Amino acid sequence: MNKDIYVIIEQLDGIIKRVSLELIGEANRLSKKLGEKVIAVLLGNDIEDKAELLIKYGADEVLVIDDPMLEPYMTSPYTKAVSSIIEKRKPSIVLFPATSIGRDLAPRVAARIGTGLSADVTDFDIDKDDKSLLMMMPAFGGNIMATIVSKVKRPEMATVRAGVMLPLEKDMNRSGKIERFEIEFDDSDRDVLIREVVIEAEEKDDISNAEIIVAGGIGMGAAHHFDELKVLADELNGKLGATRPTVDAGWIDKSRQIGQTGKTVRPELFIGFGISGAIQLVSGMKKSKYVIAVNKDPKALIFDISDFGIVGDANKIIPLLIKKIQSYKASKIHK
Amino acid sequence: MKILVCIKQVPETTNIKINPLDNTLMREGISAIINPDDKAGIELALRIKDKREDADVTVITMGPSEGIKALREAIAMGADDGILITDEVFSGGDTYATSLAISEFIKTLEYDLIITGRRAIDGETGQTGPEIAENLGIPQITHCTEFEIEGNKLIAKRQFDDRYHIIEAKMPCLISIIGEKINPRYMTVRGIFDSAKSNSSCEKKDKKKDRIRVLNYDYIKEKIEASKLGLKGSPTFVKEMVQGISGKNGDKLTGLTEEEAAEAIFQKIIERGFI
Repeated sequence: MNKDIYVIIEQLDGIIKRVSLELIGEANRLSKKLGEKVIAVLLGNDIEDKAELLIKYGADEVLVIDDPMLEPYMTSPYTKAVSSIIEKRKPSIVLFPATSIGRDLAPRVAARIGTGLSADVTDFDIDKDDKSLLMMMPAFGGNIMATIVSKVKRPEMATVRAGVMLPLEKDMNRSGKIERFEIEFDDSDRDVLIREVVIEAEEKDDISNAEIIVAGGIGMGAAHHFDELKVLADELNGKLGATRPTVDAGWIDKSRQIGQTGKTVRPELFIGFGISGAIQLVSGMKKSKYVIAVNKDPKALIFDISDFGIVGDANKIIPLLIKKIQSYKASKIHK
Repeated sequence: MKILVCIKQVPETTNIKINPLDNTLMREGISAIINPDDKAGIELALRIKDKREDADVTVITMGPSEGIKALREAIAMGADDGILITDEVFSGGDTYATSLAISEFIKTLEYDLIITGRRAIDGETGQTGPEIAENLGIPQITHCTEFEIEGNKLIAKRQFDDRYHIIEAKMPCLISIIGEKINPRYMTVRGIFDSAKSNSSCEKKDKKKDRIRVLNYDYIKEKIEASKLGLKGSPTFVKEMVQGISGKNGDKLTGLTEEEAAEAIFQKIIERGFI
């Protein structure tokens, strides 16, 4: 009998990625409905000291595979490690982050184990009747939401989109078992050679977790208008975002891109200027709490998903808005 | 050197509606294209062919008979030949069952390199490629933006979130391509002419007449049971589909001066406590 929800943790340079905590949070909610435990699977080299953190964020147990072979990430040793755990421990559910590592690893594991895999899940539920896992995923650029079920084979496996599930509050009083899992690696597990790892800058300013996002679309008209938008973002202590057409036009760096082929964001406040609201963008920001849109075109689709809309010229409104915010802040300081 | 490119035919638009009567996708009247990442894969294969006399590019697709059109387009771009895998046995398969079928066909072919797109714009899973690599027991490098070949090694740039790896793999191996920055070439007049001739019996001595092969389940039936394929063999299935994205449709103000508009937005920001 398969049991327990296993979460494959992603770490980069020894730092646990936020998406891993989101997955533990979601697994924790599901585990309560199923009466099962949440087991975090931590893989890497010299990584064991991070296990405690996963407990504090909602894991009941942590399985650690600590091996030099697991740093940096390579498909083959990770597949061997995760598949061995699944074969030995027989989980009922395995969740992977839908990151570039998770998307590389999960299908390889699924094919080895011979089980199903749902991609890029944005919502889970448990079927009331037969307790099977309902996995909701967007398809056709978010235009269709499909519910996937895996009925015959176990475990049920899914990659889960980053930024959509909520992590639990860190609980310093939580405790749980931390266990090492040993794997015998040999040279044949190293089927590729990593010649070089190049870290690109810019990412320090990651928009994925931003509370406030000020974003510009093709309606901004030109690259230099983004300078003003950046000022507005800074005044609001927010981050600057952009749509795919503006990135394609070379107006702004790819790291700013929100949407299907960019980043998924879920800020408290999203202000979009000159954004038409194509599905490819919307699928990456529709979980924003409060959305304000400014667009010249009253029929722009962005208005359909906005809490507050202004039909008007973004480039004329932005500088006025900056001034209002600046003078408001100044008046507060003087008081 | 033998390159296989796996491609998928997808609807041209993601603007698909669900038929409320039978809960199926309304695909009528929407034309099919080669999935963009896959087309970028064809382009990268052809760039090797441009440089190497010994390179031979075969394009494979699985699906209904309309897939021929995608293969013709690939040949018109410059690919050498195409294989259409088509059979009722394969239909309705999830990525796992689909990868099993495609892998069995690939096992009957010679190859040094398999290229797939990162993901298709319809199902958007990106899983079939790595599943094929696993079934074949060969190394995979996914999410590549560029690559080159040195002897029997492939060197690829693999994109991660904030970094990239330069990875070397011995061939045969499988890579998946992120197509965004790759501009696929257009079909050539000569290519269109050639592809139109392919799969037709009217040419006598022309080698090109056999450029498209259509294969069905019979071709692999000794290797794998039909119950492992298609809808029957799929561990996952679609329980329900609904139209995505519900609208918020908040207030929309028109006809304000710029000053009034800026003030209105400013007030919303203050009201909600964002400053």
